[in-house]
Amino acid sequence: MSEIKKIRNFSIVAHIDHGKSTLSDRLIQACGGLSDREMREQVLDSMELERERGITIKAQTVRLDYKAKDGNHYQLNFMDTPGHVDFSYEVSRSLAACEGSLLVVDSSQGVEAQTLANAYLAIENNHEIIPVLNKIDLPSAEPERIRTQIEDVVGIDASDAIAVSAKTGEGIVDVLEALVSRLPPPKGAANVSLKALLVDSWYDSYLGVVALVRIVDGCLKPGMKLKMIATGAIHEVDQVGVFRPKQDTVAELGPGEIGFITASIKSVSDCKVGDTLTEAKNGAVEALPGFKPTVPVVFCGLFPVDNADYEDLRESLGKLALNDSSFHYEAETSAALGFGFRCGCLGLLHLEIVQERLSREFDLELITTAPSVVYRLHLMSGEEMTLHNPADYPDQVQIKSVQEPWIKATIIVPDEYLGPILSLCTERRGEQDQLTYVGNRAMAVYYLPLNEVVFDFYDRLKSISRGYASFDYELVGYRENDLVRVGILVNGEPVDALSMIVHRSSAESRGRQICERLKELIPRQLFKVPIQAAIGGKVIARETISAMRKDVTAKCYGGDITRKRKLLEKQKKGKKKMREFGNVEIPQSAFIDALKMSDR
Amino acid sequence: MTNKLNPYLSLYIHWPFCETKCPYCDFNSHVRPEIDQERWKRALLSELATESDLYPNRKISSLFFGGGTPSLMEPDTITALLQAVDQHWGIGNNVEITLEANPNSVEKTRFKNFRSAGINRLSIGAQSFDDKALKFLGRTHTAREVIAALDIARTTFPRYSFDLIYCRPEQSMDSWKEELTFALEFTNDHLSLYQLTIERGTPFFSSHRDEEFRMPDEDTAAEQYEYTRDVLSCVGLFPYEVSNHATPGEECRHNLTYWRYGDYAGIGPGAHGRVSDSGNKLAYHRISNPENWLLQTEKMGTGLQKKNKLTPKEILEEMVLMGLRLTEGLDLEEVKKQTGRSIENWVNPDSLVLLIEEDLLILTENKLQATQEGFLRLDSITSMLLANLA
Ligand SMILES: Nc1nc2c(ncn2[C@@H]2O[C@H](COP(=O)(O)OP(=O)(O)OP(=O)(O)O)[C@@H](O)[C@H]2O)c(=O)[nH]1
Ligand SMILES: C[S@@+](CC[C@H](N)C(=O)[O-])C[C@H]1O[C@@H](n2cnc3c(N)ncnc32)[C@H](O)[C@@H]1O
Ligand code: SF4
Ligand SMILES: [Mg+2]
Repeated sequence: MSEIKKIRNFSIVAHIDHGKSTLSDRLIQACGGLSDREMREQVLDSMELERERGITIKAQTVRLDYKAKDGNHYQLNFMDTPGHVDFSYEVSRSLAACEGSLLVVDSSQGVEAQTLANAYLAIENNHEIIPVLNKIDLPSAEPERIRTQIEDVVGIDASDAIAVSAKTGEGIVDVLEALVSRLPPPKGAANVSLKALLVDSWYDSYLGVVALVRIVDGCLKPGMKLKMIATGAIHEVDQVGVFRPKQDTVAELGPGEIGFITASIKSVSDCKVGDTLTEAKNGAVEALPGFKPTVPVVFCGLFPVDNADYEDLRESLGKLALNDSSFHYEAETSAALGFGFRCGCLGLLHLEIVQERLSREFDLELITTAPSVVYRLHLMSGEEMTLHNPADYPDQVQIKSVQEPWIKATIIVPDEYLGPILSLCTERRGEQDQLTYVGNRAMAVYYLPLNEVVFDFYDRLKSISRGYASFDYELVGYRENDLVRVGILVNGEPVDALSMIVHRSSAESRGRQICERLKELIPRQLFKVPIQAAIGGKVIARETISAMRKDVTAKCYGGDITRKRKLLEKQKKGKKKMREFGNVEIPQSAFIDALKMSDR
Repeated sequence: MTNKLNPYLSLYIHWPFCETKCPYCDFNSHVRPEIDQERWKRALLSELATESDLYPNRKISSLFFGGGTPSLMEPDTITALLQAVDQHWGIGNNVEITLEANPNSVEKTRFKNFRSAGINRLSIGAQSFDDKALKFLGRTHTAREVIAALDIARTTFPRYSFDLIYCRPEQSMDSWKEELTFALEFTNDHLSLYQLTIERGTPFFSSHRDEEFRMPDEDTAAEQYEYTRDVLSCVGLFPYEVSNHATPGEECRHNLTYWRYGDYAGIGPGAHGRVSDSGNKLAYHRISNPENWLLQTEKMGTGLQKKNKLTPKEILEEMVLMGLRLTEGLDLEEVKKQTGRSIENWVNPDSLVLLIEEDLLILTENKLQATQEGFLRLDSITSMLLANLA
């Protein structure tokens, strides 16, 4: 246990790719946490997906020992956080466990949307913020300009911002010294009863369920009986440890310290992140404020391409959810796609990551339906209903009104792309809240329906701005709008997986788009097949796949009928991948391709 | 199902060799530098003897020498085989005996000898009357040789037919019209017209996949097919099967046996047979590889690879697959006779009603027939009819 005055707890926050994880590497190296041989780039990004995509998904906590210029040894606990908006809950949790933040800004790119969002989160948490101007080794770096930009846009003092290169290591000692001199040590008393914040928990295949804790008061040792205030569950502590960043057990964790415990906890769901831990024998401690629960905002259906994989998928989702409490799922069936699950995620990237982990770690081939948001329906009967799946949309006549989630979006973009970006926002039913200029860049704040954002908004934003726009959002609440469910009918029968809820004004064009796409994708059938988009019983768009003209084997192989019969068997097998729509059978792949294209 | 013994038997004899292998062809045909005709003759005779022991007391209704290129057989081999058939079962006066011939192996004297051996019907693989097309198809003969061969056939055999492959890459409707009109000058009373099919495993399959050529689209294929049937009907060569045309009475009886699901035996590499035997339908086929077939036959008297009893469901499937290819349609009485199932017992009524409503099938008292439109889409129709067969 360290003297509390010699502890510094901080989070590293920034916009995506501004260099948090690389800066973490240098801090670890400077303090000798890992030898040069053990070091690799963004060493904390340990998940395969993190390494491949070069992004951080899961926050990581590290304890380092730093011998400062004043001759003292300091215990540094820091948390490298993800930059992407979908994972901002990880940032929030990390911030709650620390007293200060390093706000990293790429000094050639400057302040971006998540720089702002994360800086505000740090301010909300009463953090001491140390701005860090990173990547000064780049020829295009303009640390001085960015320094003023931070002051202008974020509104914090940046006169003491430290210029560094996380790549070359330049300025790292300055950062370490600033941490020691500028951040306050944690407060807390050692000889009172235990009070600790449950910051995070995950499943580790060796350790079982691991809980990350920040001690506020008291001490935590192996053998202690712990009580979780919210759940009331009592557990005996097995191990207490820290990550340096290699996992290491310690005798105890004292006030102000951050570390992990294992306590033969059965499932991650027994660990309510944000809960307060105390000693079982005296549970009179007041609970800490905790965290706002994460609610999934984007939903989609996940179906195995091969229905035989359904049970495997269920098991894999269970395992995945063990490590990702913000991910929700429940069983769903679809006429077009068979048995599957409805999954809830925090955003599109989160959704993509979930899909990718499933297909990769569990080797499952999956189909995803178009993402949708959570609607609130007021029914004529006076009932209210929360809708996660457009397929469950009731008959239009039963509906009094529909509300959809709205977000407040911040977009920072170079001046020359502003025009088309504003048109995009307007086209997506956006309402402008603010428009300010930051040097040659503009910052637009818009209210937008989330529904319009989950439908290819990022991609459009990226392509319009050639990748220079940054985007951040927060949910602000629900609003009533003129929304309708557009159903897609193939041969007169609904294709549940393709139905969507859209604003009435775009119903027709979206409906037509899907009909045209299906027309391209569905092979000709023995009979002509109408494809329609409809609101309730009213058809708003229509295409027809004409009947096949010719399908007959020209020659007969003499007496070899076996060959023909085998062909028939093959066709029958192929039918397993077909879905029946009235008298025609449509390959499931047509729907999969239609869904893939609608992501674009 | 305990029907009386079917007395009739059609016999197929396979000759698996060709001079060159055509790039579209996936028949059991092989090119060999040297063929020991004597040895092959002995083996074929030996398998024939074995087969006749198994199914004695039958009446031979037709014989067919197919390939490969059976016109490369020594006339002497044909003579020996026909004599053997005559000894085992007897060959009646009216029995149709067909030989498949390639235009480049047609020599007057040889063909006179085939005729003397007993062949009374010649089927010539003409394929096209256009030299460029013949070259594309990898044929080693010219249009002139085709015409010469047809001349010999006309003067030597009482009946003859020829095959053409159409709907080739870049073949327009107009060029096919022209070619077909020209072809009609040489027809007698039978014609087989096949649309080019790209078969897996052939050189055409890979060159097509690599886009070295493009096949006409579905609409063009349909148009050419309909046109062909119309024109030939006008000149009295009626389509009696998907790709076969004849003046009434001149249909290939041997092939009709396949489509009507009569009994047939097969001799030689890769040959198939369907024979009724004590109330069962037996299906069998012989080893495809010529050398392997030869070795086994020499050792055991037969190159049989597999023989099994067909279930009523399999019989039904085969009858539907084959019978609907005929203009006369599927004989429902015969189906009932061979499987014990009447149509209500096997067809999905919804599918049938729909197919009839859509004018693709016609159901009469004891026939199920495809319409003109139906013939164009026969594969989908049969697969729909048989989809949920239990
Ligand atoms: N030239 C240069 N490149 C840097 C520097 N710091 C980071 N980078 C590069 O910037 C990219 C992003 O770095 P990361 O450390 O992964 O950024 P991050 O902020 O952790 O990203 P997320 O976790 O996805 O939000 C990588 O390619 C780094 O090599 C620097 O000081 N100079
Ligand atoms: C078994 S082949 C034997 C005929 C003979 N060997 C010849 O080629 O002249 C019978 C006929 O099938 C047809 N045929 C073979 N392969 C074909 C294909 N891929 N597409 C269309 N017709 C084909 C040809 O017209 C050929 O004449
Ligand atoms: S088409 Fe005839 S000649 Fe050509 S390879 Fe096939 S069987 Fe032999
Ligand atoms: Mg990172």
